[in-house]
Amino acid sequence: MKRLKITTSPHIRDDMSTQKIMLLVIAALMPAAIAGVIHFGWRALLLMVFCVLFSMACEAICRILMKREQTVSDGSAALTGLLLAMNLPVTLPLWQAAVGCFVAIVIVKQLFGGLGQNFANPAITARVVLMVSVSSDMTHWIAPRTAAGEAFAYDAVTTATPLVSGTASMQDLFWGSTGGCLGETCAAALFFGGIFLIFMGLISPVTPLSYLGTVAVCSLIASGGDTYEMTYQLLSGGLLLGAFFMATDYVTSPMTSRGKLIFGIGCGLLTFLIRTFGSFPEGVSLAILLMNILTPYIDQLTMTKPFGAVRQKKEAK
Amino acid sequence: MRKLSGLRLPHAKQTSGSAIQTLPLPQKVLIPMSMHMGTPCTPIVKLRQQVAVGERIGTSDAFFSADIHASVSGTVTAITDYRMADGSTCKAVEITADGLQTPFAGLKAPVYTNKEEFIHAVRSSGAVGLGGAGFPTHFKLNTSDKIDFLIINAAECEPYITSDDRTMQEHQPEIIDGIRRIMKVLDIPECVIGVEENKPDAIRLLSECAAQDDAITIIPLPPVYPQGAEKVLIYHTTGRIVKEDELPSQQGVIVLNVSTVAFLEEYFRTGMPLVRRNLTIDGDAVKNPCNVNVPIGISLREVLTHAGCDFEKTVRLIGGGPMMGGCLPSFDLSVTKPTNALLAFTEDRRAVQTACIRCGRCMQACPMNLMPTALEHAYRRGDQDELRNLHLSLCMLCGCCSYVCPANRPLVETNRLAKEFMRKK
Repeated sequence: MKRLKITTSPHIRDDMSTQKIMLLVIAALMPAAIAGVIHFGWRALLLMVFCVLFSMACEAICRILMKREQTVSDGSAALTGLLLAMNLPVTLPLWQAAVGCFVAIVIVKQLFGGLGQNFANPAITARVVLMVSVSSDMTHWIAPRTAAGEAFAYDAVTTATPLVSGTASMQDLFWGSTGGCLGETCAAALFFGGIFLIFMGLISPVTPLSYLGTVAVCSLIASGGDTYEMTYQLLSGGLLLGAFFMATDYVTSPMTSRGKLIFGIGCGLLTFLIRTFGSFPEGVSLAILLMNILTPYIDQLTMTKPFGAVRQKKEAK
Repeated sequence: MRKLSGLRLPHAKQTSGSAIQTLPLPQKVLIPMSMHMGTPCTPIVKLRQQVAVGERIGTSDAFFSADIHASVSGTVTAITDYRMADGSTCKAVEITADGLQTPFAGLKAPVYTNKEEFIHAVRSSGAVGLGGAGFPTHFKLNTSDKIDFLIINAAECEPYITSDDRTMQEHQPEIIDGIRRIMKVLDIPECVIGVEENKPDAIRLLSECAAQDDAITIIPLPPVYPQGAEKVLIYHTTGRIVKEDELPSQQGVIVLNVSTVAFLEEYFRTGMPLVRRNLTIDGDAVKNPCNVNVPIGISLREVLTHAGCDFEKTVRLIGGGPMMGGCLPSFDLSVTKPTNALLAFTEDRRAVQTACIRCGRCMQACPMNLMPTALEHAYRRGDQDELRNLHLSLCMLCGCCSYVCPANRPLVETNRLAKEFMRKK
């Protein structure tokens, strides 16, 4: 006799999957990635492809060695690789990028149990590790080929990031024709990708809004109401990339809207403080990393109140 | 007032325009003695006994139970063990029809003068909630709490199902009269009927029918699943919050399914107990999705054959809706009192579970504002304190969390296990 399948309800599911989410985020990063190639040339593409493939290889080998089911196809390793590459200067030697990928995938992610278990954002942690290990290579900024006046060459003299020089024009910041990590300079492309993510319902607008809002308010206060300075702070450095793509990482940020608000404000405050008083010119990575560590506590504080819940009586032990 | 969360599901209500058809009389029916929440009935008929339509064939001394009546006239040809969909067994009475459908001689419209007699009459009708849960109706009505609102659940929020919708389109006078009858005898001042907006015809017809009556209000609800879940419906129609471990009557409301009310009115007019019901047949293995009226106890195979179901291609057969309904293990089971739909699907869902990525979709979808992913972790740890802290008991197993989970985590499935686990200690 024919046997019918028995499964528990619900018998229908929506078609969103982890893999699809990862691919959509990668798609949202594409405008900024393309802008990176336009501004910094083919080596930007090489660095991104290298990081993606190397991260995927790390993940695949790791899973084989750990005798766990293969997860490389879920796209999360590829996304981490791409995010890391976009957080690197275009001139970074490939072996250093490889170290970054190894730190991100093997140490931060797989050793803690793989996707969903890492306490900090892998790409950000890798960037911070590289920043303290190979600081000079990590801050070797070249002028983009689209910038007027200077000759474009990968071994060119270091140019300052707009955060240090403070001289970039608003237009350059908006279109990304300025020094910096290869994926963080083009504000237009990052806005576009971020709004796409919000529109697709993949990220909550709370995190980027509270993050950017806090930085805006702090810089307004610090500069005595100078809106030019505020816009400059918002558009330069890794802030937009961080606010839309890194601080919104599901695994390492709080789950409730209230939690996301606290997280965003915390990131904003720390970014502002590091930028203003710290010895690093840029504070986005460190700010997000610190808030990542606080995430479990924020989650504890912002648990949802169930509908019709009655406070539980403490039971006598 | 902030609305509770939920999901905009594909409605798939293609049978909303298909009038209820009465199926030809089956040659025999097999009537299980447990079709309701509560104590199963004991058969009170003997082998080869002649029975008539509406004659009582099963009863129980327990108050939390519902009598069972013959749905065809004929001869009792077997009293057997019956394996129910959930795997447990109960007795079942097989009646071979004589084709005459002679009504039971003792049937007459019940007469009552007070609430107690009314509830007693409801109890004798074998009425249970026809929306799917099968809760004995008299048990709900038998409350000493002061009731301010009679709430009629006509949300029918599960995809595919349109049997309530059709009942509303075809039997509004009975529904409205039934409401008035219940309000009068139980002394309830107001009634609200909650209907999802995706049933415009039902809303229009009911509104016309109740236009003269200020005490009855029809409230269109957004078509967001699970609008018909009791606590959600109570909140969205009256703003009252039924708290943890509370019964709706403690908040001054009684909720009845719309088809149940239509049946009760029919019963108080004719005296015929619950022996037939309407149900929707749909799913991609069914050639002619439709609504039918069938005697309780008819075999699923017969009902599905009528709708042109491809038995070879059917992989899963669901009794009820796709969100909360249960899989049926065989085509040879019977239609029971709570069966509001039969869905036959050909596709073989093969969802691969992956790790939780903490995306929070389950929390956003949960109408009760619970944290399904945290509940899953707590259950895996075997942490009863944490399950209690997270208010597991508020979960009504609507399935929104599992529906949205991109990692295909078994979230509502875990809550079901967790509820069982909490009962153990």
